Amino acid sequence: MSKDNEILEEFTSKEYEHGWSVNYEADEAPVGLNEDIIRWISSKKEEPQWLLDWRLKAFRHWEKMEEPTWPNVSYPKIDYQSLRYYSAPKQKSKPKSIDEIDPELLKIYERLGISLNEQKRLQGIAVDAVLDSVSVGTTFKDTLSKLGVVFCSFSEAVKEHPELVKKYLGSVVPATDNYFAALNSAVFSDGSFCYIPKGVRCPMELSTYFRINAANTGQFERTLIIAEDKSYVSYLEGCTAPQRDENQLHAAVVEIYAAENAEVKYSTVQNWFPGDKNGKGGIYNFVTKRGICAGDYSKISWTQVETGSAVTWKYPSCILKGDHSIGEFYSVAVTNNYQQADTGTKMIHIGKNTKSRIVSKGISAGKSQNSYRGQVQIMKRAVNARNFSQCDSLLMGNNCGAHTFPYIDIHNSTAQVEHEATTSKIGEDQIFYCNQRGIDSEDAVALIVNGYAKEVLNQLPMEFAVEAQKLLALTLEGSVG
Amino acid sequence: MLSIKNLHASVEGTAILNGINLEIKPGEVHAIMGPNGSGKSTLASVLAGREEYEVTAGEVTFKGKDLLDLSPEDRAREGVFLAFQYPVEIPGVSSTNFLRTAVNQVREYRGQEPLDAVKFLSLMKEKMKLVEIDQKLLSRALNEGFSGGEKKKNEIFQMAVLEPTLSILDETDSGLDIDALKVVANGVNQLKSKDNATIVVTHYQRLLDYIVPDYVHVLFNGRIVKSGTKALALELEEKGYDWIKDEVAGTAV
Repeated sequence: MSKDNEILEEFTSKEYEHGWSVNYEADEAPVGLNEDIIRWISSKKEEPQWLLDWRLKAFRHWEKMEEPTWPNVSYPKIDYQSLRYYSAPKQKSKPKSIDEIDPELLKIYERLGISLNEQKRLQGIAVDAVLDSVSVGTTFKDTLSKLGVVFCSFSEAVKEHPELVKKYLGSVVPATDNYFAALNSAVFSDGSFCYIPKGVRCPMELSTYFRINAANTGQFERTLIIAEDKSYVSYLEGCTAPQRDENQLHAAVVEIYAAENAEVKYSTVQNWFPGDKNGKGGIYNFVTKRGICAGDYSKISWTQVETGSAVTWKYPSCILKGDHSIGEFYSVAVTNNYQQADTGTKMIHIGKNTKSRIVSKGISAGKSQNSYRGQVQIMKRAVNARNFSQCDSLLMGNNCGAHTFPYIDIHNSTAQVEHEATTSKIGEDQIFYCNQRGIDSEDAVALIVNGYAKEVLNQLPMEFAVEAQKLLALTLEGSVG
Repeated sequence: MLSIKNLHASVEGTAILNGINLEIKPGEVHAIMGPNGSGKSTLASVLAGREEYEVTAGEVTFKGKDLLDLSPEDRAREGVFLAFQYPVEIPGVSSTNFLRTAVNQVREYRGQEPLDAVKFLSLMKEKMKLVEIDQKLLSRALNEGFSGGEKKKNEIFQMAVLEPTLSILDETDSGLDIDALKVVANGVNQLKSKDNATIVVTHYQRLLDYIVPDYVHVLFNGRIVKSGTKALALELEEKGYDWIKDEVAGTAV
C-alpha cells in the first residue's frame, strides 16, 4: 500500500461525534404503513379534513409508484412496513415558551451545541428544533412576529395559518412528485414553516435543527418557506442522528416560494450519522428540495455541506419562472468509508434573462462513491438564459469513486450554457510539503480540503462556515496519519 | 549541528545513497554538487523525511537528536527547512494562511504562544522586504499559477519567516533567470548567521557565485567522492564532471 493510502486510511477512521441517544418517553405510532396509520398521525396532530385528504391522496399514489433505481447508489431494499412513521417526545402540555420545554429535551440540543436559550439569543439566530417527528420549540418568535414574520413548526402553521399552508403546500413539490416526496406527503409529521411578508428583510438567520433520536423510526419533515415581494430571508438547516446499527430513513421535503424581487438563501449543513467504518448503519437521506422563483427578479440560492448519511439522494433545484430570476447551487459533498452520495441540482429556466450558477465540489475518501448529477434545462420561452456549471471532484486514496452526470437540455438558441469539470487528488506531495513546514498531516488535509471547498464555504453565513470547516476536517479526520 | 554518518538509502529497492559522511557546523555553507542521478536531491529528501526513501543504514544527528527518528513535521519544527525544487500548488489556500498555520504549529511545538493576526502580519511585512516578494503574491493561493521564479522566491520567503537552523536548498537555481537568481541568493545571504547553516544542492556553479560556500562536495553514485573549497566548484565548471567519474573509476581499479 502506498503512503498516500496509509495516510488517508488512518485519517478516515474518526468516530461519529453525535452518535449518542437519549431515553425519553415517546408517543409512538404502531409500526407499519397503511391508511389507518395516516389517519392516526393526522388525528394525533388534530389536522383539518383537507390535510388528511391530501395525505391520503399522496399515499394512494405512492402505493402505485416504484422506488427509483436510477441513482448511482446501492442499498438493501427498504421494508416500509417495518418502520415506524411517528415518534414524538412526550411533553406534559404544549410549551408556550422555550422556558416551559422539558429540560431533558433541551439537554439533547445543548449536547449538540445548540442552545435554545441564551446562547442563540445572543447570536441573533432564531431556531426551530425538531426532534424525531415533532418540533420541540422555536425561539425568537415574538421579535419576528412584530415584523409580521412567521417562523414556527409546521403543525403550528397548519393551526394558525391554514390559508397559507393550504395555498402553498405542494405547490412547488407536488404530493405525487416522486417516490420519496409522495411518501413524505403521506406521513410527514412536522417541520418548519416560514413566511416573510412583503418588503420585509428578515433581521436574523432562521434556523432549524433536525435530530433523529428514536430507533427504527423514519423522519419525514417538511419545510415551507414563502417569501413575498421584495422580502429577504436567510435560512439554515442542520441535522444529526444517533449511531445505530440499523439504517434509518429520512425523507424530507423542502419547498421555497419566492415572489417578485424576493431573495431566499437556504443553507444546509447535513451531518446525519454516516454508518460505521465498515458501512454498518447510517441514515438513508432521500430528500426533495425545490424552490420556485415565481416572481420577476427573484433569487433562490442553495448552499449545502453534505458530510453525513450512509446514502444521500438529493437535488436542491430551482424553477426560474420569473423573468430575470436567478438560481444558485453551491455544494460540498464529502463521502468517506462506505458512504454513497448522489447529489446535485436542477436548474429549470422558464423566464426570460434567467441566470443560474452551479458550483459543486465532491470529496471522496475511503471506499465511498460520490456522484454529481445535475440538469440544466432551458425552455422555449427562456430568451437569453445563462448557466454556468462547475463540477470538481477531489479524490483521497485509490479505493473511492467520483462520478459526474451532467444533463443539458436546451430549447432556445439564445441560451449560453457553460460547463467546467475537474478531477484531482490530494497528493502525498501536498501533504509532505505541509509537513516540511511543520504542519502535521491532519491539519494539512484540513487545510487542503478547506481550500478546495472555499468557494462554497464562502457562501455560508459566518457562524455556519466555521462549523462547516470543522466538520469537513472532522469527517476526514483519521484518514491521514 | 548536523552529522551524517555512513548514510545509505534506497527507493523501491534501488540503492541511491551508498554511504554519505558529512559534518556541518553552525555558520557554514556547504554546496553539494554532482552530475544528474548522483543522489543530490535524494540526500535532501532523506534529510527532510520523505517516506518513499528508505534509510537502509547509517545515522544522522541534528543538534544532538536522532534526526531519522523524527517525523517530517517534527524535523521542520526542530529547524530543518527544505526549499523544494518543485514547490507544490495548494489551490484555495492563501500563502498567508498556510504560513500562519505553519508558524503557529512550530511555535506550539516549541512551547511558544501562537502569533495573533496582527503580530503575524508585521512579521510577514518585515520578511517580505528581505526577499523582495510582492504582497499580492501572498494573498493568492499557494503557488497556484506562480511563475518558476515566483515559486522559488516564495520558498525563500517561507524560509525567512520560519527562521530555520538548517536550510537545504534543493536546486533552487533551476529555472531561474539571472535577476531572480540574484534576488533569491541575496535573500539567502541575508538570512545567514553564525548560528544557522545552509546546504546548497546544485548542478551548476552559477548559484555559488552569489551564495559563496565554505565547502564544496561532489556527489557521485551516492557517495561524496571529493570535497574542497569554492575552487572545486570552479574546476567543475571548467572541466565538467567526467574527470571526477574517471578519477573514481581509477581508484576502483
